[in-house]
Amino acid sequence: MNKKGWLNYKKSISKSVETIKSSLSIMFSILLLVSLIDLFGKDYYSKIFSGNLITDSIIGALAGSVSFGIPVTSYIVGGELLKEGVSLIAITAFIMAWSTVGVAMLPLESKYLGRRFSIVRNLTNFVFSIIIAITTIATLRFFQ
Amino acid sequence: MKQKSKIKIGTKFLFGVILIYVITLIFNFSFAKEAFLNFLLMSTKVIPLLGIVFVIMVFTNLYFTRERVDKYLGEKSGIKGWIYAIISGVIVSGPPYILYPLLGDLKKGGMKKSLLATFLFNRNVKISFIPVMIYYFGLNFTIVLSVYIILFSVLNGVIVGKIASNKS
Repeated sequence: MNKKGWLNYKKSISKSVETIKSSLSIMFSILLLVSLIDLFGKDYYSKIFSGNLITDSIIGALAGSVSFGIPVTSYIVGGELLKEGVSLIAITAFIMAWSTVGVAMLPLESKYLGRRFSIVRNLTNFVFSIIIAITTIATLRFFQ
Repeated sequence: MKQKSKIKIGTKFLFGVILIYVITLIFNFSFAKEAFLNFLLMSTKVIPLLGIVFVIMVFTNLYFTRERVDKYLGEKSGIKGWIYAIISGVIVSGPPYILYPLLGDLKKGGMKKSLLATFLFNRNVKISFIPVMIYYFGLNFTIVLSVYIILFSVLNGVIVGKIASNKS
């Protein structure tokens, strides 16, 4: 490997390390929180998530919108919640909204991409999270 | 600088959660212990997955540099820009606070708002994270969801582009 190639490789490794490193605290915080909430909420999940396509996806999308971090964190959290009995439609809306709607990141997004764009994008993505969750589950059920 | 402030938010969040655990520990030791053991169990599954994510991330970062993204999504990208927006949205990794400054530069350089929206929408389809999604939700779910995200990203881009460009 030549010097330039090695430098690119090094740069790529350090960028990846930085991304993972900066996500670890949020990722483990959320896992800690989920572990605790799971014990509290086990008996209530079936009441909150009734299996209704619309309400479950709205609740899931709302939860995803206020959460933040790299998408892989939402898969891990969603996977654990699924095991606890939360419906797949709610989880799908949750992981969709997690990375496409960013309430916590709105000020930063507005700064770089403009306020109007950021608000419109986040609102549209919230609706799309619900639509995609419903469509995905309907498709999976159709082929089962 | 931005990244630094986000790391601080993450650390604050972690301390907040630890505080909740300490409070729980004081009032109900066995409950806090059970929750923490559950966390350790989850972590043992998550750490190996992060290793896979890291390796794939290194390779995508190696080939999809800022210069290449700039070239393919710039002002004169044309119809191909849509395809590039989808592909780069899928491939380019990084948390939003790293991506926004990059996208801000591209916007200043003339990148369309619709392409920006499409790029950001496709963040959920990440090659490096796909093994984790398959592990938790299965291959069928991963394929169906990924296809829908890509398809809907174009519609999303068109809608956001139209609304966000209309000056009131």
